[in-house]
Amino acid sequence: MHDADGGSGGFEIVAREDFSDVTYLLEIRHPLMAKAAKPGQFVIVMSHEHGERIPLTIADFDRAKGTVTLVIQAVGKTTREMQQNCKVGSTLYALVGPMGLPSTTGSAKKVVCVGGGRGVAPIFPQARGFKESGAYVIGILGFRTKRLIFWEEKFAACCDELILCTDDGSAGIKGFVSDGIKLAIEKHRDIDEVIAIGPPVMMKACVEVTRPHAIKTFVSLNPIMVDGTGMCGGCRVRVGDQVKFACVDGPDFDGHKVDFDDLMMRLKRYAEEEKAAMERWSEACRMRNLVDPASLAPPATLAPPATLAPLASQLPEPSARR
Amino acid sequence: MTMAKKKTIRTIPQKRTPVREQDARERVGNFAEVNCGYSQAEALNEAERCLLCPDPVCVAGCPVNIDIPGFIQRIASKDFRDAYETITRTNLLPAVCGRVCPQETQCEGVCVVGETLEPVAIGRLERYLGDLAIAERWTSVPYIEPNGFRIGIVGSGPAGAACAADMAKAGCEVTVYEAFHQPGGVLRYGIPDFRLPNEVIDAEIGNLRKIGVKYECNTLVGRLFTIEQMIGELGFDAVFIGTGAGYPSMLGIPGDSLNGVLSANELLTRCNLMRAKEFPNYDTPLPLGRRVAVIGAGNTAMDAMRVCLRLGAEKVFCVYRRSRTECPAREEEVHHAEEEGIEFHWLTNPVEILADDKGIVRAMRCIQMTLGEPDESGRRRPVPVAGSEHELEVDQVVFAIGTNANPIIGQTSKLRLNKRGYIETDESLATSMAGVFAGGDIVTGAATVIEAMGAGRKAARSMKEYLGLRDYGGDASAEGRAGAGMLFGIDLRERNFARIRVA
Repeated sequence: MHDADGGSGGFEIVAREDFSDVTYLLEIRHPLMAKAAKPGQFVIVMSHEHGERIPLTIADFDRAKGTVTLVIQAVGKTTREMQQNCKVGSTLYALVGPMGLPSTTGSAKKVVCVGGGRGVAPIFPQARGFKESGAYVIGILGFRTKRLIFWEEKFAACCDELILCTDDGSAGIKGFVSDGIKLAIEKHRDIDEVIAIGPPVMMKACVEVTRPHAIKTFVSLNPIMVDGTGMCGGCRVRVGDQVKFACVDGPDFDGHKVDFDDLMMRLKRYAEEEKAAMERWSEACRMRNLVDPASLAPPATLAPPATLAPLASQLPEPSARR
Repeated sequence: MTMAKKKTIRTIPQKRTPVREQDARERVGNFAEVNCGYSQAEALNEAERCLLCPDPVCVAGCPVNIDIPGFIQRIASKDFRDAYETITRTNLLPAVCGRVCPQETQCEGVCVVGETLEPVAIGRLERYLGDLAIAERWTSVPYIEPNGFRIGIVGSGPAGAACAADMAKAGCEVTVYEAFHQPGGVLRYGIPDFRLPNEVIDAEIGNLRKIGVKYECNTLVGRLFTIEQMIGELGFDAVFIGTGAGYPSMLGIPGDSLNGVLSANELLTRCNLMRAKEFPNYDTPLPLGRRVAVIGAGNTAMDAMRVCLRLGAEKVFCVYRRSRTECPAREEEVHHAEEEGIEFHWLTNPVEILADDKGIVRAMRCIQMTLGEPDESGRRRPVPVAGSEHELEVDQVVFAIGTNANPIIGQTSKLRLNKRGYIETDESLATSMAGVFAGGDIVTGAATVIEAMGAGRKAARSMKEYLGLRDYGGDASAEGRAGAGMLFGIDLRERNFARIRVA
């Protein structure tokens, strides 16, 4: 029939790619989900039975191969643990989705698709969706530095124009994606829509750029979630004068109406617990490696966590989306 | 041999057999069950109290019409296995229902003994049998003749479980879809271990699996595939939707999006399903305040309060705008909560949640209420008392003030909804789409576990009729319908009518 099972066998990882020491891609077999997924939707993953449920935006789906792709940044305990444990052939304990309202990629004729940091991969299905519906697509991607750039060709294939932005100017323009949007607006006076995905600060900056021009701007919100089905209200966000649940009323909302300060405050809900979990886990890994050096022996695609980039450079929300 | 004397209200044990409970001081420090259940001697004693009424009102008082005097009589004669079979003819989850049903408003509420003495403890007896069956590994697997029909059930909570059980027993191939990674619905994520241990849920779901019910977790129906696709390309002959209410109502007062404010659903899901109480052994966090206010006084609110106590809160307050008389929770739950030291603030309504300069909840501003004229629910409407505002010092607020309809099925199918967003059904629980039935909270709004199970069973009856299956369940009036198209009282249109093959 169909294999939305997972109860016993889990969901098989069929491919993995590491873009940097923090960003990695997992391709997971799930033919039904590959068939159902639409741009803008997300999944909830539990890597093991004791794990937490983390929401991740679907970065790609291949209906022919029957796979969905997630691009993950190792920012907290769960995502780092996954970085260490998820290998081709291993399984995820739980994977549910696609969740959330799909983005509307129908009517706009000229659109700007903006992805910054962990929002780069999730903007891809939208850019492709718009291209397929016949729109003129301007892609704007932001990275910290040239070394971290990925999927440039993938985006080039579905964007009519592609603007790369790096914090240090090592590739593309020197500046943030919001600077990229300014460039695009100067050049094109007829932009119908902007879609921005990335950290809340980035999305907030983007909507401030488009607001004076009254360009419709959608943002994909990433609050902390548990069930992802509208049952717990943990992902509630303020949009205009209303309270919305990002999991079932979103995740895309009118960026000009979103209360980003509320979102950013709510993302810090479990900051202390997340930090403690991260430290405890790092320490456990260090001890294990001391006791059993052989555990390092298998062809780990990754360095052990003790040598990973310092925590300070990480984003503080492991429970947050993507 | 002497004939058993007819029991009368004077001859039966006068006092209801008490049940052992974990001491209140001790239990607030653990998640073990509060109610320890009857021993065999206690169950036998309590079974003696049933008058075995010839026209039992308790059966009518039960949403799934369990043959109550039937099973109690069998307990009294120590035919425990038989007693268990008697219950499971109508209810496959006795260990669950014996624990969580509001018996005082159902079977026990109408018990004839209760007119003079305390009613027979039907719930405790039911639980006794359910637990005995789990301990003895009994399962009641009836002879099932497959009929080739495939039934899809959306949601693995009580409504879905009841419908699944009946359809599987009727010979259908039943698949239950659950969005979470474990089956059980509200039994799993909502009701805490000290009221309903996980092993009990596992055992009862295990029984459903034994009669052929298949569970598929991690499946969000509506989004992974739609109801229309289930009836269409997935090839289900009929579908039952029992997705529950979901979508917690918000407080709608200033400060309700502060980080120390969460829904009871979130608190309970983190603690029960995600095992946050075992953090960091389990990854899901649930930091808890020292002084917690829980708003609302239903069963969910009681569960939330008692969970907070067990997680180590120093003080837990119940804030409810009406009085104890109107409080919707089961009497036993309120009683247990009081014993455990919950401080009840009746006739109190929150107006604002206050934070310190770091955005941490420091207090809740409340107003005193008084009861005015009855409202549309028949309960006296609470009205604020002018000038009675005061602050309650708390660092966490949990709201359990009801739920709204979950929007997913509405967003993804053409099923007709009512104006409040719940699925519209007719009397038989048929929806606007042929072959699709719905029941439980997604139709009625928040109700009880057993009411949801009652709806699941009712939908199963309608589904069988829709599929042309003979309902072995209740309706014994087959002879009355004899006539055209009937053979030995069996409707010839019934599709699983025993087929005789002539060689």
